[in-house]
Amino acid sequence: MTPEEITDILKKQFGAKIAGFKFETAHPRVEVEKSAWPEVARFLKSDPRLQLNFLRSIASLDLLEDEKFVAIYDLLSMRPPTKGGDAWTMENEFSVHVSTERSNPHIPTVAQVWPAADWHERETYDLMGITFDDHPDSVIDQDGTHPRRILCADDWVGHPLRKDYKFPMEYHGIPAVTEFDQTRPIH
Amino acid sequence: MSWIENRLEDGLIITSLDWAINWGRSCSIWPMTFGLACCAIEMMAIGASRFDVDRFGAGAFRASPRQADLMIVAGTVNFKMASRVKRLYNQMPEPKYVMAMGACTVGGGPYYKNGYHVVKGVDLVVPVDIYVPGCPPRPETLLEGLMRLQDMIKHQTLARDRWVTAKDAALTPETAASN
Amino acid sequence: MAETVLEFQPDLNLDLSADRIQQEDMPTEEMLVNMGPQHPATHGVLRVVLRTDGEMVLEAVPHIGYLHRCAEKIGETLQPYQYIPYTDRMDYLAGMNNNFAFALAVEKLSGLEAELTARVKYIRIIFCELNRIASHLVAFGTYGLDLGAFTPFLYAFREREYILDMFEATCGARLTYSYITIGGVTHDVPENFIDVCTEFLDYFEPKVVEYNNLLSHNHIFVKRTANVGVISQEDAIDYGLSGPVLRGSGIKFDLRKAKPYGGYDEFEFDVPVGSGEKGRTGDCWDRYIVRVREMEEAVRIIRQALEKLRGTAGQETLHKKGKSLKLPEDEIYFEIENPRGQLGFYVAGDGSTIPSRVKARGPSFCNLCVTERVCHNVLLGDMAAIIGSLDVVMGEVDR
Repeated sequence: MTPEEITDILKKQFGAKIAGFKFETAHPRVEVEKSAWPEVARFLKSDPRLQLNFLRSIASLDLLEDEKFVAIYDLLSMRPPTKGGDAWTMENEFSVHVSTERSNPHIPTVAQVWPAADWHERETYDLMGITFDDHPDSVIDQDGTHPRRILCADDWVGHPLRKDYKFPMEYHGIPAVTEFDQTRPIH
Repeated sequence: MSWIENRLEDGLIITSLDWAINWGRSCSIWPMTFGLACCAIEMMAIGASRFDVDRFGAGAFRASPRQADLMIVAGTVNFKMASRVKRLYNQMPEPKYVMAMGACTVGGGPYYKNGYHVVKGVDLVVPVDIYVPGCPPRPETLLEGLMRLQDMIKHQTLARDRWVTAKDAALTPETAASN
Repeated sequence: MAETVLEFQPDLNLDLSADRIQQEDMPTEEMLVNMGPQHPATHGVLRVVLRTDGEMVLEAVPHIGYLHRCAEKIGETLQPYQYIPYTDRMDYLAGMNNNFAFALAVEKLSGLEAELTARVKYIRIIFCELNRIASHLVAFGTYGLDLGAFTPFLYAFREREYILDMFEATCGARLTYSYITIGGVTHDVPENFIDVCTEFLDYFEPKVVEYNNLLSHNHIFVKRTANVGVISQEDAIDYGLSGPVLRGSGIKFDLRKAKPYGGYDEFEFDVPVGSGEKGRTGDCWDRYIVRVREMEEAVRIIRQALEKLRGTAGQETLHKKGKSLKLPEDEIYFEIENPRGQLGFYVAGDGSTIPSRVKARGPSFCNLCVTERVCHNVLLGDMAAIIGSLDVVMGEVDR
């Protein structure tokens, strides 16, 4: 199924909650309203025509000029063969953009839909600082309720992949020798 | 030396205590199995068929720091790992040696620039005896580093504990416990 | 040691009525055991916190990040050809495959892929498959090591050195190659490469039989791995597993077949899957044997590619545009089949030579997240078998 056909199905089902789409690109995708995202996700996984059952990755973008973060979900449908012993096929490839405002980034979690999203969301929170609400592995601290950090140390300050990230000068007494603490390091 | 010839029984060896102990120590350096990153694969390679580190008496890789003499820091140390490296170092019995293997542990390596989470050299965490450059060092380079360490051990003397220095004094178990 | 293991039959359904009374008299208590980050069986700096009751592991929670090296941030500051060395250091056992994934992603994004010569295509596939063999050899050797067999490790590294010799003759590096780069490969292969490689393949093929005799069908090894750590097909898909871990569960899915990239559609090869030969489908033994059989398939691919390489002598191997490539204002997500699974790169360009975002989807990262699900009510001794069978490389998990 082409991305256009999948988008048509989604538009018929969800109407205005599909905020936009782009097909003339190397990465065809639709944009989904963040409030409707878990609902759309459940539909994407369970609809017999789509069956996007495999979450490949969650990437994230920091659009500093547009004042927003984007989470990019890449999906795949893995279908069993009709005859035993044959190879499984990859019917649909699809990608979803969910954007959120930069000042208060919150996106509902989809870890209940695709268990693989658990670690990807934790990673996205850790590096980009997008909070996934109702994440199964959440902690509560001074930053509010958010997924537990996964890569950086638990007491790490800031989210490194943000374009305005300030590099630390030291951590627990170990100097972080870095003269490149600009907001956007240029090589 | 003619005055001593033929005065002793056959099979008797005369040597200085320093020399004998250093010989024993330098030829039985037991490294700790402590692979961090890419360099660990080359460290495994020296233990395997072609390079055979057992020729230098350093093939007994110990899983516990309490049985090890040499910590080969093989790979990038980051801030999350730094306190663990320090703790492992403190758990090793004296005399202990640290080899910084690879560019990352020597000084941050390719992650020096923009590596917000990388310790720029393991000598900021534990005192280092031997630096082995390379990214990753070839097994021959690592063996060379091991031989230089043996040379270093052979010049030690029991009269002066080279390993208790002001730098190490900062790494007493009391300070380690706070980490 | 061998004898004691042979006598030990881990039959959990055994009715030990006499013992059971004793056990009830003796209250046990739960204990938290910290495994790693420095542990010989965790393949690097993985830390797993185990909640144990005696010999049983009730819960295992992996903690990662001890090798987080900021690769994604660095990707936003370098030109794609400068970033190639960092991809090497992600999955350091399969550097060629990682270079290939990133190079192809950038080439697809910028439209350079159509301009590559056939020679580049075949050289890339040959080196990726050689690297796949080298990577699986390490997986095979260290898996034996995890389970107490030292000899397979020596065997595997013996053969691996021959592959590394070929790599060294071609690009000068043993581990971090940076050989496959944007717009081709950095050097053409040496003149005698085809002969040397054929010689190696002739030498290597019988060795796989030797490995099977030595380890795969070894009674002790089978007892330790069969019926241990079973991953069902549903779990495998839900948790986004890929590579030998996915195929070990009987799912015949390989991107080289399902969505061929970089010229893999020209070659004939099979996709080995686990079928529960020694136990249940999806156990540790199945995942292990998929790797061993993939080495045989890789040999088949290399033989065909070498034949095709003969006919392309003299073609250009490095496109001049590679170093001054402007990335369009677009994005791409592209996956290839790395020895550990589907390695994906998300690259976003902003019209300049430096990408505005690089994200890597490490297959080890996704494969590792199933640990919590699988390591539930297993024996403590099986933890090493399960984690080893996932074959994670921490450089790629943490990036």
